[in-house]
Amino acid sequence: MLVIQVLLLVVVLVVGVLLVRSTAGARHQAVRRLLLGALVALAVASILVPTAVTAVANVVGVGRGADLLLYGLVVAFLGFVVSSYRRSRALEETVTQLARRLALDEAPTPEQARHHEGDGPAAGA
Amino acid sequence: MTTSAHSPAPAPADPDPGFDGTWVVVPLFCEAAVIGDVVHGLRTRFRHVVCVDDGSGDDSAARARAAGAVVVRHAVNLGQGAALQTGIAYALRDPLTRSVVTFDADGQHRVEDAAAMVTRLHAEDLDVVFGTRFLDGRTELDPVRRLVLRAAVVYTNRTTGMRLTDAHNGLRVFSRRGAQALRIRHNRMAHASEIVHQVGRSDLRWAEQPVHVLYTDYSRSKGQSLLNSVNILVETLLG
Repeated sequence: MLVIQVLLLVVVLVVGVLLVRSTAGARHQAVRRLLLGALVALAVASILVPTAVTAVANVVGVGRGADLLLYGLVVAFLGFVVSSYRRSRALEETVTQLARRLALDEAPTPEQARHHEGDGPAAGA
Repeated sequence: MTTSAHSPAPAPADPDPGFDGTWVVVPLFCEAAVIGDVVHGLRTRFRHVVCVDDGSGDDSAARARAAGAVVVRHAVNLGQGAALQTGIAYALRDPLTRSVVTFDADGQHRVEDAAAMVTRLHAEDLDVVFGTRFLDGRTELDPVRRLVLRAAVVYTNRTTGMRLTDAHNGLRVFSRRGAQALRIRHNRMAHASEIVHQVGRSDLRWAEQPVHVLYTDYSRSKGQSLLNSVNILVETLLG
């Protein structure tokens, strides 16, 4: 297996596991931003000095610098998908709790309901 | 009932024949055509029915109320799991609640089954009674649906160590303790597996009881698409 394959597989899996398992705290946000920064730097470098990026790509076993950039993008995208899924789940949970509290507060209490149901059909059983 | 002479918080050992300590929770989303009949049916045996209107756009809530149910209304549509948890939270606000029934709004469950399950819960001092459509041959299913439900059961039993025959039946009965142990976090359809998981991890006493699920043309048309099992799987796996 090529160096880049091992490297990318490890990175993809680690990013996936990290983002799925731990809570998205400040440290993870910082790590994500650092990785994103590295990607930007790589993109800039590939525009300014394509040969240099290609040289780096060759070291890790990739043909062209553009390919290395693409791989980086794929990893970043996967990370983005996972983290935005997590964020929307957290948001959904917040909305649910708010809506539930609102629903329960607006409804008649069970005691009031019992009072009104006093002559309900079950009473005749 | 308003000026009862007996103590307000009785703890009788009798099986509560009038089901006065039972709340039936019905998650309700756009079932105006049938919800009136469903609530009427329930009210022949159960005094307390709470419909959780999950942001319906039709007049489901009004019909449920007219039929004698209490309606708790989500301001926005959240999903069946969220509606169940809201209904259970409502039932637990009642200090007299001894058991909670979950019952689908589309008319596919039988009231007699629910009543029998409540009686059994109290008689055998259980915390959860799951309805199952596979313990006897009454429920007729098309082969694909049967296969998917079987696969879901195999997966659930593998991961929970429980031995259930039907993990996705909407008819369940919980004791107060059982209902208090539930924390449904999956808003949509993955809640069925989630409930089984939480019961499996707890020390609750549970049992299964055969019930007859009525697949009418209506419930079939409202029922879950089989493709939705993909969504359930993803939601279950990703948390």
